[in-house]
Amino acid sequence: MTSLTIYKRELTSYFAQPTAYAIIVIFLALSMGLSFSFGNFMRVGDASLEWTFFFWHPWIFMLLAPAVGMKLWADEQRTGTIELLGTFPLSTWSAIIGKFCAAATVWLVALLLTFPIVLTVNYLGDPDNGAILAGYLGSFLVCCTFLAITMLVSACTRDQVVCLIVSVAICVTMVLCGYDDFTRELAKAASPVVVEAVVSFGVWDHFRSLNRGLFRLQDLVWFGSFVFVCLLGTSAILSAKRA
Amino acid sequence: MIEVENLTKQFGSKRAVDNLTFTVKQGEVLGFLGPNGAGKSTTMRMITGFLPPTTGDARVCGISIIDNPKAAKTKVGYLPESAPLYHDMTVIGFLKFCASIRGLKGAANKLAVERAIETCFLESVARQSIDTLSKGYRHRTCLAQALLHDPEVLILDEPTDGLDPNQKHEVRQLIKRLGKTKAILFSTHILEEVEAACTRAVIVDCGKIVADGTPAELLAQSGTGSLTDLFRRLTTAEVKQKSES
Repeated sequence: MTSLTIYKRELTSYFAQPTAYAIIVIFLALSMGLSFSFGNFMRVGDASLEWTFFFWHPWIFMLLAPAVGMKLWADEQRTGTIELLGTFPLSTWSAIIGKFCAAATVWLVALLLTFPIVLTVNYLGDPDNGAILAGYLGSFLVCCTFLAITMLVSACTRDQVVCLIVSVAICVTMVLCGYDDFTRELAKAASPVVVEAVVSFGVWDHFRSLNRGLFRLQDLVWFGSFVFVCLLGTSAILSAKRA
Repeated sequence: MIEVENLTKQFGSKRAVDNLTFTVKQGEVLGFLGPNGAGKSTTMRMITGFLPPTTGDARVCGISIIDNPKAAKTKVGYLPESAPLYHDMTVIGFLKFCASIRGLKGAANKLAVERAIETCFLESVARQSIDTLSKGYRHRTCLAQALLHDPEVLILDEPTDGLDPNQKHEVRQLIKRLGKTKAILFSTHILEEVEAACTRAVIVDCGKIVADGTPAELLAQSGTGSLTDLFRRLTTAEVKQKSES
């Protein structure tokens, strides 16, 4: 119940300020721009949207997702409102859940607003809409993973800029790690075990299978446990900071 | 109502609060005096459950803040030192949010918010964004937040800090009025406030209580009839001792 109160407050705060609008507009412009330019949307004729549209999402999220999550705890610590939250009868965990869900909702809205491209492929061709849905799920899960990382970082600092830079660095690493060109170069220099470890830290392996319309339990578990561990870490850091 | 037992807080090698024991009964307004860095805020943060004590315990209405923090927190209204607020909200929006976290829903929420707004004279700014408020109004908004659930215990960290003389007077009157039915612990370093609003006062220095009594007793103890003299004598004594040793 208290999670819901926190969720409502955070969500209102996103939409009462320009933050959410700016990020949604930039996301829409980038995702559409990249689909139609580098993605060659009109020429490729890829109705599943796998390469023309969803492919670009991790690249955009690695830069923009931290911008949504950076204020979650950093601002709370800078303004001292964390002291209010800490003395209200609510658990840290319910505040974490409320805040995380609010940030995730902003991204859900952003993703839903890309619906014209789905209408377009349905008009122009005959796509597998189940695969498109899986693609959206994959995108959303990647986004949630990056948000969870940002939340963990924002619990460590009261400075939003520091939080943004560190989170972007981690997210960029996660995107590069599983990217084909990168792993090919890495394979020349490192042993297969190392390559495999690096690839499994990256998001591509899990994102791509969903992107192809493949629901694999292991991917959902990977995303789920990554988010859970980050939120658990957030809770641990917030408690440790007070001790 | 508030029972503090051997409360200690250690930050690294620094002992901010050192084995503090005191009680505040219902109908009592306890002034918590001391120089900056004496451990006043840390003590209050421990009683409100924000900071866990290194050792010792604090009980609010008989409920231990360590064993049952959630239940204890429902009994306390707390005004933190800097009066932190969510600047993107309106006064009424913020108070509704706090009331809702306190478990007040629907009509009860509305009533609690209206009452708090009235008590803290916030009618004229109720629909204004907190961002645009002056310091005095911000302070009172945060104070209103502490009164929402009509708590039995109020803990106010420098409630008159940064207010103009009129506002100071209003807040003191409010504390005096609320103190008749509640247990109030408030910190200050304005010594006149002790005589104006407190039924009892303690002076802390370096995390320890160095004086405890009613304002009249403390005045008698001072020898000169001035609280400032007593305060200076008690809180600079240790500095001298330290510099000598």
